[in-house]
Amino acid sequence: MRRLGLLALLCLLPLLAIAQAIQPLPFRDRAEEVRFQKLSTELRCPMCQNETLADSNAPIAHDLRRQVFEMMQAGKSDAEIKAYLVDRYSDFVLYKPPVEPKTWLLWFGPLLVLVVGGLVVFVQVRRRARTARAAPTAAPVNDTEDDW
Amino acid sequence: MSRFLPLLGFGLLVVLFGFGIWWNTQHDQHEIASPLINKPAPAFALPVLGDDTRKVDKQSLLGKPYFLNVFGSWCIECVHEHPVLSSDVKQLGLPLVGFNYKDDPQDATTWLAEHGNPFDVVIVDRDGRAGIDFGVYGAPETFLIDGKGVIRYKHVGPITPEVVVKEIQPALAALAKEGG
Repeated sequence: MRRLGLLALLCLLPLLAIAQAIQPLPFRDRAEEVRFQKLSTELRCPMCQNETLADSNAPIAHDLRRQVFEMMQAGKSDAEIKAYLVDRYSDFVLYKPPVEPKTWLLWFGPLLVLVVGGLVVFVQVRRRARTARAAPTAAPVNDTEDDW
Repeated sequence: MSRFLPLLGFGLLVVLFGFGIWWNTQHDQHEIASPLINKPAPAFALPVLGDDTRKVDKQSLLGKPYFLNVFGSWCIECVHEHPVLSSDVKQLGLPLVGFNYKDDPQDATTWLAEHGNPFDVVIVDRDGRAGIDFGVYGAPETFLIDGKGVIRYKHVGPITPEVVVKEIQPALAALAKEGG
């Protein structure tokens, strides 16, 4: 039983890594901390491109977290803080890029693929239905020659 | 004809993925295009390395184009870049301002003594705040700032002789053309 308890404790050990990764900031209250955590997961670390500002341990992420924190303390809104960072590090820092002509393909590309795919399926199904109607008995023979 | 449709689709995918591979080998994936190009450099006033009483600010550097090179004694790539700065970049004849980024001034002084000091002046950004204004996210980074204080060019990562020929010299030629 004691062994099991020890094992359970050991399983909690990795949590320490999370506690260690990010230096604590002197938040005024819980709401501010939640706001900070939310904002910093929406921002990307410029150095280690696949990590959020919240997760990254790079020196620049540390500095930018400090900057975000200080701007929050100074009463800046989330939009103002994002604009501040975009002015210096471009849209790259936003995990959710803005919808603009440059990013239309990114935002609507999947929809475009869906529409094209749907069109192909639609045309194919209709053509098959037509051949089946024209020669119902010959259909099974035709099938072996079918492209799909 | 429709028999070849799947092949055509496959061919298109090959082209798409091939383009992706080609595109990613063509440029440094760590490089973020700076939104500050062709915008006025941020205002700064930073102490000079080795002489805390003296400060260099943006105003005092106006009038002539100069290079601003972000470096630190902790930065390995800066060691690789150092000979290129000292020869190729120095030969371009513009003032070279060192931007000592997030470094211990003592370490920076030792580093410069060890490798040689190619800079006309070295300014110290100890806590990286001025660096944020410049959109710096690592070292080395190099800016070309014109006589009016506008950022004209930025290079992320170490400067190589190839970068000098292919990017910096054309940027300087463009500057010279407009009499800047």
